[in-house]
Amino acid sequence: MTLALDKPRSPRRPAARRGNFELASWLFMRISGLALIILVLGHLLIMNILDGGVHRINFAFVAGRWSSPFWQFWDLSMLWLAEIHGGNGLRTVINDYARKDATRFWLKIMLYVSMVLILALGSYVIFTFDATIPAN
Amino acid sequence: MSDSASATEKVAARGSRRTGTLYRGDPGMWSWVAHRITGVLTFFFLFAHVLDTALVRVSPNAYDEVIETYKTPIVNLIEVGLVGAVLYHALNGLRVLLVDFWSKGPRLQKPMLWTILGIWVVVMVPGAYFMLERTVRELFGGN
Ligand code: HEM
Repeated sequence: MTLALDKPRSPRRPAARRGNFELASWLFMRISGLALIILVLGHLLIMNILDGGVHRINFAFVAGRWSSPFWQFWDLSMLWLAEIHGGNGLRTVINDYARKDATRFWLKIMLYVSMVLILALGSYVIFTFDATIPAN
Repeated sequence: MSDSASATEKVAARGSRRTGTLYRGDPGMWSWVAHRITGVLTFFFLFAHVLDTALVRVSPNAYDEVIETYKTPIVNLIEVGLVGAVLYHALNGLRVLLVDFWSKGPRLQKPMLWTILGIWVVVMVPGAYFMLERTVRELFGGN
């Protein structure tokens, strides 16, 4: 009887090492994931579940939170870690499913452009937030 | 046949549906499929969420108007789905970490899957209650 078992550790498999980027990426997913457990689940608990959840959120609520450097730092860390963790995850997904090199290339360009846009815009908003901006 | 070969064959027979692989169709595979879907979903929501929050730099009214739509029944229900998706991804991500870094992790991957699903239910039941309570009250309770 023949068994078609996967042999992921087979020495016959050609080594596919290009520097250590994929190792760093693998490690980053795990370290950032650990931090995101606190940052994201804490964010969801406060914003969506406690004390009325989304119903109490408005401009004044945001102004109250971002008057504290603690929450500014929390949100900035969460923005950068989640965007790079999620973007790097999506890079893997694109690598897995895109069949043509051109498709893969353009999907990744779109991904990277969106990451730069979101990181720049999100950081700008946190750093320049102004509670006294005119109401309209 | 050596002992280890027959053991391997037994495991393979148990883990497969005639396919001869250990992984395909196993709960471990589905936990990964769900991890991937919830991760991608969350990433797309993050894109929208940074854009809607950026409206605080436009004007308080612009921001408040968009946030009001988050308080409508349908979006409120989507919110519960999104929190559920992120919670699953976070719990399963922790399980992946334990499989990779804890010496007993690989052996306990399946019990850990049932454990995180249990935790998910235990958190989501009161969580969904608090997220939906006001919407349900206003829809059916008349105040
Ligand atoms: C809340 C805490 C989180 C934890 C513990 C966590 C953990 C992980 C881990 C360990 C992986 C790697 C899986 C692997 O290499 O097999 C991963 C993948 C991924 N994560 Fe997260 N993550 C978290 C939050 C997020 C957030 C907020 C996003 C979206 C912005 C996200 C999006 C993704 C994506 C798209 C992948 C790739 C999925 C794949 O390749 O199948 N994660 N996550």
